[in-house]
Amino acid sequence: MTPVINRLKILDIVPFGNGPKHEFFALRLTPPNWESSAPGQFVMLRPLPARSDALCPRPFSICKLTGGHLIVFFQVRGRITADMAVLEPGDEVQVTGPLGNSLPVHAGRPTLILAGGIGIAPFVEYVEKHPRPAALTVEFGHRYPLECYPFEGIAEKCAARSHEEKSEEDRAGFVALMEKRIRDFAQEGLILACGPTPFLRLIRDVSLSCGAEAHLCLETRMACGIGACLGCVIKAHLPADGDAPVRINPSGRAESPDEGRFVRTCACGPNFRADQVIF
Amino acid sequence: MENTGVILKGPYSSLELKNPILTASGTFGYGLEFAPYGDLRSLGGIVVKGLSLKPREGNPMPRIAESPCGMLNAVGLQNCGAEAFLRDILPALPTDSLPVIANIYAASKEEFAELAGMLSEEKGIAGLEVNISCPNVREGGLLFGQDPHLAAAVTTAVRARAGRKPLIVKLTPNVTDIAAVARACEDAGADIISCINTLSGMSVDIATRRPRLAAGFGGLSGPAVKPVALRCVRQVASAVSIPVIGIGGISSAGDVLEFILVGAHAVQVGTASFSCPDAAFRIVEELPAVAEKYGVSDWDSFRSSLLPG
Repeated sequence: MTPVINRLKILDIVPFGNGPKHEFFALRLTPPNWESSAPGQFVMLRPLPARSDALCPRPFSICKLTGGHLIVFFQVRGRITADMAVLEPGDEVQVTGPLGNSLPVHAGRPTLILAGGIGIAPFVEYVEKHPRPAALTVEFGHRYPLECYPFEGIAEKCAARSHEEKSEEDRAGFVALMEKRIRDFAQEGLILACGPTPFLRLIRDVSLSCGAEAHLCLETRMACGIGACLGCVIKAHLPADGDAPVRINPSGRAESPDEGRFVRTCACGPNFRADQVIF
Repeated sequence: MENTGVILKGPYSSLELKNPILTASGTFGYGLEFAPYGDLRSLGGIVVKGLSLKPREGNPMPRIAESPCGMLNAVGLQNCGAEAFLRDILPALPTDSLPVIANIYAASKEEFAELAGMLSEEKGIAGLEVNISCPNVREGGLLFGQDPHLAAAVTTAVRARAGRKPLIVKLTPNVTDIAAVARACEDAGADIISCINTLSGMSVDIATRRPRLAAGFGGLSGPAVKPVALRCVRQVASAVSIPVIGIGGISSAGDVLEFILVGAHAVQVGTASFSCPDAAFRIVEELPAVAEKYGVSDWDSFRSSLLPG
């Protein structure tokens, strides 16, 4: 799965949600020419030609990939995503991928998927490509109305529930639910999570406390996405780059191994075992 | 233009490149990260991520922030250390056909000398680039590059241990008189001057009321700094008789010609490799035709053809 740089055309761009001002979009692109990819991998994307003075591409999960198209789901957060929101069919984007490692898939193990907000994106592809969707359970917490997110396709394929967070009580309820679900799956299940950092931290802590095997799909700021800029590092308990797709490990050793070491989210992740991640 | 090759002739040693395009330290990893995106051997050379004697952990996150037409970084020279580089990485690079230049950083001139001694023994290393201009480390770094006497002292110490390796000294634009620093380095034994390293800068978020970089300040790079880089290259090239490598916001073959016209013998492509991983490879490909378009037949006559403003 050697990554390649593609120049892809926009097939269409579909706004999600019914509000007056759209923030969520599915960007459907012509298919890339890479050989294969796996759920949980990502691409670096930017409009061509540049629509603003923003220089670097941004990382996006592969939300859905078929022979006919690649879908990237995004929320408008900054300059590049604002530029992306006004793209039209026929416009072009630079897409480098597939990048990073993938999420573990075990047909024989009950798998709990915990997604927070835009963290739902990689699981569209995950559920789609899973050999046994009946083994999957999805709990999705979100702040914007459900129609803002690509949840429908997931709910059609597996047991999936959504939880809208409108108040502190809602949040506490979802947290309690997640804690219970993690304990339910701790014995033989597999737990996968993607979402905001406090959400992932909670999932890591609960998983560690009950011995559950959890994997976190992280999002960090990146300039290159290919292991060169060292802008996306996280602290992790990792002896070396190990299974990472990029063999070279530029990280220096931490003073004390207990404090972990800086590893690149792009090259060693973006999917990490929860017990490796130090928040 | 058929042959874009160039020889950077220093007083002690020369650097011969098949074309004037190198990749800048800190923007091209250790080289192998970019192997999927182009033939490394097509490049004039690569300058690897700054190496120190011992591995360095680097600065806390966040380390990068974009700014108009540029980006700030405060990575803090995270690297695996020279020993691991020589053992694990260098053997994997095609050093027979790709000049690999080791960028080195140290907190004292003694350490600089030790590093130089270690690397100058290596056949696979085509040259040394001495980083006396990093704004993102507390000890040494920028300080060496801001004082002509200290810059000369480091250059002398490295020269003594660099053997026959071409010695490049990389300068900072964060000074009042870059020409004075360049002259001091030339007098102390540098073969080549490269400039510029990043400009010290800051980005702040009014919503959180915090700097966008954990380190507070960072180094600005990208097209935003190109005019500053051109001015510095011009001043340095006018002040010294050794070759100059231009660095700063280069993202096209046209940019390369601009730097050569103001006095550079070669250039380094930096932040453009983040925008697109094949940027340096593409510039190498495009250079002959663009040079042709502007009537450039050989680098030396083009370099001396700048007219008054």
